[in-house]
Amino acid sequence: MTNIFSFEVLSGVLRTMIALSTPFLFAALGETFSQLSGVVNLGVDGIMLLAGFFAFYAVLLTGNVWLGLLLAMFIGLLMGLIMSLVSVTLKAQQGISGIGLQIFGLGMSSLLFKVLVGTVKTVSGFAPIKIPLLGDIPFFGPILFRNNFLVYAAFLLVPVSWWILEKTTLGLKIKAVGQNPAAADSVGINVNRIRYFSVCLGAILAGVAGAALSISVANLFQDNLTAGQGFIAVALVYFGGWSPIGVLGGALLFSFATSAQLWLQVLGIQVPASLAVMLPYILTIIVLTISVNRGKQPAALNKQFFRGEN
Amino acid sequence: MAGMIQRIEMKGIVKRFPGVLACDRVDFDLCAGEVHALLGENGAGKSTLMKMLYGMYPIDEGAIFIDGVERRFRSPADALDAGIGMIHQHFMLVPTMTVAQNVALGQKSSKGFVLDLDRVTERICQLSADYGLKVNPHDLVGHLSVGEQQRVEIIKALSHGASVIILDEPTAVLTPQEVDDLFVVLRKMVHEGHGLVFISHKLHEVTALCDRITVLRDGRRMGTRPAAGVQRNELIKMMVGRELKALEHRGYTPGIERLSIRDLRASGDRGVETIAGINLAVQAGEILGIAGVSGNGQLELAECLIGVRKADSGNILLNGADVAGMSLNERISRGMAIIPEERMRDGAVNDFSVLENVFLHDHKDKAFRQGIFLDFKKMAVHAGKLVHDFAVKTPSLETPIKNLSGGNIQKLIMARELSRKPTVLIAAQPTRGVDIGASEYIHQRLLVQRDAGMAILLISEDLDELYELSDRIAVMYEGQIMGIFARQDTDIQTLGLLMAGIKPGDSPKAGSLIAACED
Ligand SMILES: Nc1ncnc2c1ncn2[C@@H]1O[C@H](COP(=O)(O)OP(=O)(O)O)[C@@H](O)[C@H]1O
Ligand SMILES: [Mg+2]
Repeated sequence: MTNIFSFEVLSGVLRTMIALSTPFLFAALGETFSQLSGVVNLGVDGIMLLAGFFAFYAVLLTGNVWLGLLLAMFIGLLMGLIMSLVSVTLKAQQGISGIGLQIFGLGMSSLLFKVLVGTVKTVSGFAPIKIPLLGDIPFFGPILFRNNFLVYAAFLLVPVSWWILEKTTLGLKIKAVGQNPAAADSVGINVNRIRYFSVCLGAILAGVAGAALSISVANLFQDNLTAGQGFIAVALVYFGGWSPIGVLGGALLFSFATSAQLWLQVLGIQVPASLAVMLPYILTIIVLTISVNRGKQPAALNKQFFRGEN
Repeated sequence: MAGMIQRIEMKGIVKRFPGVLACDRVDFDLCAGEVHALLGENGAGKSTLMKMLYGMYPIDEGAIFIDGVERRFRSPADALDAGIGMIHQHFMLVPTMTVAQNVALGQKSSKGFVLDLDRVTERICQLSADYGLKVNPHDLVGHLSVGEQQRVEIIKALSHGASVIILDEPTAVLTPQEVDDLFVVLRKMVHEGHGLVFISHKLHEVTALCDRITVLRDGRRMGTRPAAGVQRNELIKMMVGRELKALEHRGYTPGIERLSIRDLRASGDRGVETIAGINLAVQAGEILGIAGVSGNGQLELAECLIGVRKADSGNILLNGADVAGMSLNERISRGMAIIPEERMRDGAVNDFSVLENVFLHDHKDKAFRQGIFLDFKKMAVHAGKLVHDFAVKTPSLETPIKNLSGGNIQKLIMARELSRKPTVLIAAQPTRGVDIGASEYIHQRLLVQRDAGMAILLISEDLDELYELSDRIAVMYEGQIMGIFARQDTDIQTLGLLMAGIKPGDSPKAGSLIAACED
């Protein structure tokens, strides 16, 4: 039996962790924008599924990963527009419209998969790019600097999101709209436009998250490929206290738990499989219960805005 | 300053809301360098008229001219562009952001997409020096007092380049000293050539500050008068439609102690101690007023007294018995009556009829029952008598209470509470949001009850009201009683200082402004 505390195993666990965290990062950072503007989008999982399917299908037909990625972003944008239309313009309950989007994405991706593909097939997704010199550092090199484009992009998105939110006028507007839309409106900010923008940005990133799953992590598509990862991403936003850095921490923690669980199974350690699979989810619940971030929650989260009422 | 607005004219402005004609062919005008007051009772249409000038509501009929040119604003952004700013009754600030961030919000940054908070901070310091508006740009807005938040709002409007500024009831939340400070700032702004609209329903403020006064009643303009030499009575008549009777305050002969609060401590909703050891006693035949700026524990005190908030420690003696652990029901049956601060939340059920609201508590009373059934005939007689005795204006007993005006709802609640013949009355903000006519009526009733021997605890943020009604006044600040005074032994100035937490002899707190602006 392999020593589970060996360097090789640790390196493997960490490499898997980095790969697995990519979809979480895209989806949760996107959801952070959406929620900071005051809109909870529970449809992230559905967007990931449908966008993930289209990315996969494009790559299956053409072999072009960039086409797949673009298509996934486009699907994300479309679903984001639907979400904004229903919950921002028509002012429907955000929870309900999000769940609607989720069910639509789940059903549609499953149907299209059955009709267009039928059986599980693999594709060759984004190829790893080794960064010169850095990639040769022992131990850390293979973990951090021999990943594919999407992985680098996901991690780069953390400081970029932080910068947008903290250092730009756009970020200030997004947060103001989520905290006190009436105040934003009273200084001439178009509340609905900012919410459309944030929801659509979030949805596009959820689309990228779906692509990350189907053409970067798994390189295949199957029914309900996400297995609820979109919902975990929403939970990570709460866990991370609506900050990109917090979201990064949560994504890494959760991916680490998943990765460790996978490696336990690979190494043949005697743990009931179903229990191991549950582990990351149980972890989420525990961590969410402990880290109550209520104080940081955008005050207008989940609330519709009507001018002149306050 | 270039591009200052010289004159704004609003002509024949009409605004309808479902079921309400909020503005009915109103004319209004404003010149640079003047303060024009908009005076009127609650619901007269003052805010609505100005929200149209600020682009928040579309105008149904009529037109707005700025320097002679007709303008149509589709949103506040348009009004701000034209040089009009508004400071709303409920401040439009983001509490989780700093002062500088709030001021930067909605303004073009000198660095384009990237925020330039340094530049904004400089501008804030400059404006605050120019106009004497003390603020620290780095403070979190949520940590500021209402007075400071108001200064942030003014700086915000100025830094947006507003040459005309509308102030919607700016003094409602301030202590008398803060009002004086505000007036100094406003006079300076007028001196610099700004035009100001000052919305208020307080006569003395309007006559002290303004150049012209326009009175609105029920959405109609009742007239415009120059402030110099205007008669108080004339303005009241224009606002209310009739003259008010002066209150009679008869001799003060307190009786036995009815309500006694001993070393009461309690926590607010966030778990912080908001009542920090309070001792008070109210005697039969007196009104004890509690003064204080809102948020200093008055709400929690009232909640403890009526039993909806649990005290952490201390005693509440009602007619000699400790009721601290008792339910509201038990307290009521021992002689307590309540006029709650949030009357539509705690005092009445919106969708219930007038009759049902009269019997919210007393439906258990045997007098109104036949066996297990309610005796609606007797109930109607009783409710009808209350409505008549307290001059509650309602189409019928079956009318849902939400269709009545604030003043009539309050009169009904008062009628209901007093009909139980209580010995102690807790009245929290009994006339807030109530029109002058009904306020006058409620005040008279409170005095009648006092003369008949009731012990009344009156919590109010309106110093004039406290001063008019109370025999003794206690000032509350940060959960403590700063002092208790007989009415004739104090004045509004002293009370105002205490309300701001300054004991006589203390020097006012030096602002941290200088330090903040120098670094
Ligand atoms: N957004 C709104 N929707 C419906 N009715 C409103 C709205 N705003 C104000 N009103 C009504 O218009 C009338 C005037 O209100 P308002 O302008 O707020 O009065 P004031 O500021 O003089 O107290 C009131 O009867 C009020 O109920
Ligand atoms: Mg108003």
